Amino acid sequence: MGRYVVRRLLQMIPVFAGATLLIFLMVNVMGDPIAGLCGERRCDPATAARLRAEFGLDKPVWQQYLTYMGNVFTGDFGTAFNGQEVTELMSTAFPVTLRLTLIAILFEVVIGITLGVVTGLRRGRPVDTGVLLFTLVVISVPTFVTGLLLQLLLGVKWGWIRPSVSSEAPLDELLLPGLVLASVSLAYVTRLTRTSIAENRRSDYVRTAVAKGLPRRRVVTRHLLRNSLIPVVTFIGADVGFLMGGAIVTERIFNIHGVGYQLYQGILRQNTQTVVGFVTVLVLVFLVANLVVDLLYAVLDPRIRYV
Amino acid sequence: MTTLTKTEGEKAPTGPDSFLSVRDLRVRFSTEDGIVKAVDGLSFDVERGKTLGIVGESGSGKSVTNLTVLGLHNPKTTTVEGEIVLDGQELVTASEKEMEKLRGNKVAMIFQDPLTALSPYYTVGRQIAEPFMKHTGASKKEARERAIEMLTKVGIPQPKTRVDDYPHQFSGGMRQRAMIAMALVCDPDLLIADEPTTALDVTVQAQILDLLKDLQQEFGSAIIFITHDLGVISDMADDLLVMYSGRAVERGGVREVLREPKHPYTWGLLSSMPRLGGDTAQALNPIPGSPPSLLNPPSGCPFHPRCAFTGEVPGDRCSTERPPLGEGRAAACHLTAEQKQTIFIDKIQPRLR
Repeated sequence: MGRYVVRRLLQMIPVFAGATLLIFLMVNVMGDPIAGLCGERRCDPATAARLRAEFGLDKPVWQQYLTYMGNVFTGDFGTAFNGQEVTELMSTAFPVTLRLTLIAILFEVVIGITLGVVTGLRRGRPVDTGVLLFTLVVISVPTFVTGLLLQLLLGVKWGWIRPSVSSEAPLDELLLPGLVLASVSLAYVTRLTRTSIAENRRSDYVRTAVAKGLPRRRVVTRHLLRNSLIPVVTFIGADVGFLMGGAIVTERIFNIHGVGYQLYQGILRQNTQTVVGFVTVLVLVFLVANLVVDLLYAVLDPRIRYV
Repeated sequence: MTTLTKTEGEKAPTGPDSFLSVRDLRVRFSTEDGIVKAVDGLSFDVERGKTLGIVGESGSGKSVTNLTVLGLHNPKTTTVEGEIVLDGQELVTASEKEMEKLRGNKVAMIFQDPLTALSPYYTVGRQIAEPFMKHTGASKKEARERAIEMLTKVGIPQPKTRVDDYPHQFSGGMRQRAMIAMALVCDPDLLIADEPTTALDVTVQAQILDLLKDLQQEFGSAIIFITHDLGVISDMADDLLVMYSGRAVERGGVREVLREPKHPYTWGLLSSMPRLGGDTAQALNPIPGSPPSLLNPPSGCPFHPRCAFTGEVPGDRCSTERPPLGEGRAAACHLTAEQKQTIFIDKIQPRLR
C-alpha cells in the first residue's frame, strides 16, 4: 500500500507539469492581458510597456512558465493586476468553496444514496417511477434555471432565506446553494445507486444472507449496500474535483465569492496570474481526489490489493 | 413435541417419524410469457437423522422446492400452494418474522457455488459468526470463538488465522467447507444441500461428502441432498426422490431405486451415466428429446413425449391421464408391474453393465 501511494504520487509530477503548461499556454493565447487591464479604452503604449516589463510579459513564453513554476514551488502565486496577492485571493475563496462543496457532497450522499436504495428495492413501483421521473427533470433542467427559480421563490417571494450569500458565507446560508449545486449529481447518484442495488439484489450472497436468517434491514445495509457503493464512490470522488472548480454558475447566482467567482472574474479581466494560479490548485485537487478514490476501493473491496 | 403429535392426528399422510413433511406442493411463477408451473403437486417426507436425495434434470424443480421450504422465493411473482410442515410448524403461511427465526437456525442451506454465495466483502469468520450472533444472542467474541470451532470441525487448517481471511483467499474446496461451517453453526435440525459438490473435483467432493456424513452422525440432523450426480446420491442418501417436470416420478429407498428402477425416466437417467468399467466402444444412451416446457407441460404423463415405452400401454392413456404416484416405494407410470420387470430385465439392465 505504502509503495503504491508513493508510486502514484510520483506519477502525479508529470501530469501536474503537463496540465499546468497547457493552462499556461491557453491563457497566453487568450489575448493580451494588458489590453484587458485598460478595459474599454486603448492603452497608453508607454504604460503598457512598463506594465509588461513589470510582470515579465516581454520575455518568451517558456521562460515565463519556468519562472512562474519556480515561484509556485516557493508558495508565490504572483500578484493580480489589481495589486492583490493571488494567494490572498485563494485564502478567501477556497474556504468558501470548500464549505459549499462539503454541503453539496453531503446532500449527494445522504439524499442520493437513500433515494437510490429505496427505489432500487422497489423497482417498478410508483415510488420508483416518481423518483426516476423527478431525477430526469433535475438532470435535464440547467442549473441556472433551478438556481434562479429557487432563489426567486424561497429568497424573494417567500423570504425563507436570504437571496444572496454574505461575504463570510456561513454554513446555513450555503444550504440552498449547496442543494442547487448538488442537484444534477444528486440525480446521477440516485440513478447509479438504484441500478447497482437492483442488480446486486438478486445476487447469490444476498440470498445467502437471507437464508442465514438475518433481518431484512441488516441484509440491505450490511450485505447489499456495501457492494453497491463502489460505482457510487467513484462518481462522488470525481465529483469533488468538479464541485471545487466548477461552481461558477451557482456562485454567480447566489453571489458567493468562491473559486468559481474568482475564476470568472479572472477570465473576464484576462487576469493571467489569477486564472493560472487557481487552476493549478484545482489540478492538484483533482489528482488527490482521484488517488483517494482509488485507495477507497481497497477499503471497500478486500479483493483489491495495491502492491 | 406436543404440537407434533397434534398435527399427526389431524393430518393422516404425515409419516410417524417425519420431521419435514411436504404435501401437494405447487409453486408457480408468473412471467411475461405466462405461468410457469415449477413444482406441481409434490409430496415427500424427511425423517430425523436421515438423508433424502433428490435427483432430476436441470429445471425439474429440485432447487425451487427447497428454496420454497426456506421461503427464499420472490413473494411478488410466486404463488405457493400446499403445505410444508416442519416439526409441527406450517411454513407456507408462516410470517416473514417466523421464517427469519427458522432460517440459519433450525433449517440451514448449503448453496451450490460458494464463490458467489459468500459475500466477497466480509471475512469468512464474520460470515460464519453472523447467524450465530443473530440466533443465540452471542457476543462478538463468543461468535468468533464459535467460528474458529466450526472451521476446525470442517477441517480448515490453521483456523485461528484463516478465520480472518476473505472468501477469495480460500480455495474452492475450502470455500465449500466454510459454507458448510456457516450452515451448521447453529446446529440445524434440517440441512438442505443444493448441489454442494457440483463445482468441486472428485477428491474434494469425497471429503465434503464424508464431512457431511460425520456431521450428520454427530448432530442427528436431517439432510435433503439435491444433485444430478447419481454416484454421489448412492453414497449419501437413505431415500431417493426422482423429479421430472416439477413432479416426483419415482420414490423409494436409494438401493431399491438404483438397483431396480421402475420408471422409464429413471431408466434413462441410469443409462445415460458413464461407467468407469464400461465398454468404450458402446455409446451412452441419452434420453431423447429435451425437458418439457414448464409454461405448457405435456398432457397426461409429462414424460410421454420422450418415453420409448408408450406403445406398451393400451390406448392413449400416457398422453391423456396423469399417472399417480403411490405411497412408499412407487413410480408414477402406467406400465404394469410385470411389464416394468420384463422391460427392465430385457432392455435396460444389459445397458447398465
